[in-house]
Amino acid sequence: MAASSPDILRVQNLGKRFSASNGNVYALRGVNFTLSSTETLAVLGPTGCGKSTLLFLLAGLIQPTEGVAYFKDHPVVKAHREIALVLQNYGLFPWKTVRKNVELGLKIRKETIDTERVDSLLHELGIGDKQKQYPHQLSGGQQQRVALARALILQPSLLLMDEPFAALDTLTRERLQDVCADLWRSHQFGMILVTHNIQEAVRLGKRIAIMAANPGQIVTIVNNPEAMTENHRGSDRFYDRAREIRNLLEVQQETI
Amino acid sequence: MRAWRYIAAVVFLLVGWQISSWLAGELIIPQPYRVFLLLLQEMKEPLFWLHVRASGFRVVSALIISFVLAVPVGLAIGSSRRLDHWSKPLIYLSYPVPKIVLLPLVFLVFGIGDAGKIAMLSLILFFQLLITTRDAAREVGSEVKYSLYSLGGSRWDLFVHGIWPSTLPAIFTALRIATGTVVAVLFFVESIGTRYGLGFYILDAWGRAYTPQIFVGILLMAGLGVVLYETFDLLERALCRWKRM
Repeated sequence: MAASSPDILRVQNLGKRFSASNGNVYALRGVNFTLSSTETLAVLGPTGCGKSTLLFLLAGLIQPTEGVAYFKDHPVVKAHREIALVLQNYGLFPWKTVRKNVELGLKIRKETIDTERVDSLLHELGIGDKQKQYPHQLSGGQQQRVALARALILQPSLLLMDEPFAALDTLTRERLQDVCADLWRSHQFGMILVTHNIQEAVRLGKRIAIMAANPGQIVTIVNNPEAMTENHRGSDRFYDRAREIRNLLEVQQETI
Repeated sequence: MRAWRYIAAVVFLLVGWQISSWLAGELIIPQPYRVFLLLLQEMKEPLFWLHVRASGFRVVSALIISFVLAVPVGLAIGSSRRLDHWSKPLIYLSYPVPKIVLLPLVFLVFGIGDAGKIAMLSLILFFQLLITTRDAAREVGSEVKYSLYSLGGSRWDLFVHGIWPSTLPAIFTALRIATGTVVAVLFFVESIGTRYGLGFYILDAWGRAYTPQIFVGILLMAGLGVVLYETFDLLERALCRWKRM
């Protein structure tokens, strides 16, 4: 499927340099990859390797100091209406109800709020009965579902997720990974997921980019076509791939 | 439940007041029932209501003026690193100056009438509101900003959907604290150049050593504070529903 879909994202020699007391520090350097419109890429790497910086650059929230990321052949210089971002701590607004949070993007973009579509998505994510509640009244998993709904209601071509399930317990995390896979199969969008969890990367990334730190860069990209399919988790292929990725990460750790 | 808590507090204070009266003697602390009888008598006098209206007008005017001036400035400074950078020295140098010592200057500029009194109250409240609002706006996390910008929001959207609602609870807290300050300063400014207002009412009674009237004035000032406090509480409950869920 990925091979027949057009590329929506081309990342060319992308880098981000920060000024520090001891000179310039590269958070990210020389990052290159492409992503098709229905492809998912899991970015895996140690803490501090620039995973989140990469995501923020692709979301247009910060500007690169080197290289460029093209989204649908246009350089990403600011937030794009077809790119949605789910933050690590969900980024929900505590003063807005679940429904108001979900509708916020549409309101800001002055798009018509299709109440039936909002209802349908909230029910699809299993939070249809939580619409009038505030984020702090929800569990971490439910808050994550709200953040997903807020991103998906915008019908993005590219969904960026920054360690979205990191704060959740194992079972909730796995359940939400499955929810995410179901949504991807039904809505079909490009997705980049930043994570430090190997199993999560194997479950959700059709390709898995392994990053190294100092400076942050992609050292290899592994194909993982079984990702996102039903009954993937628990299969021999799933565990074989997880072992393969783990070995690659250990090699990276040893070379530091 | 709320009403019962109030009643319990009033009973507690009345009992304490009565005991104090017995201990200190009625010349210094009159018994509560005498004060309430006088209050009922005074309420029939038009002059009494002139005092209440004058104080109420000054306090409410000062609160509105300081809110209108301080809150937007505090929000602007707190949400702009550059503005904060430049205004910080100015705020830090002017905030610690006890504003009450500027009373003669304020009276010179605005006159000794209502304008001068309201200006003095507003000046004191302005800094309290400014500092709290600025600090609250500075606390708005990068997550709120990234979240909003990633949804396609502008700086204005960030203000409307992020900064303003997140700072509202702090603004209400500042208003509640300001209530205590404004009532205290009110007594002071109404001791000069006026014949109306609760401050004058108390001072007048003091001059005649008529302690029940002093206590009527104290009761009214406390009542004014309670009314303002409850109003801010009510507004906060309506505008910040998420805080009490």
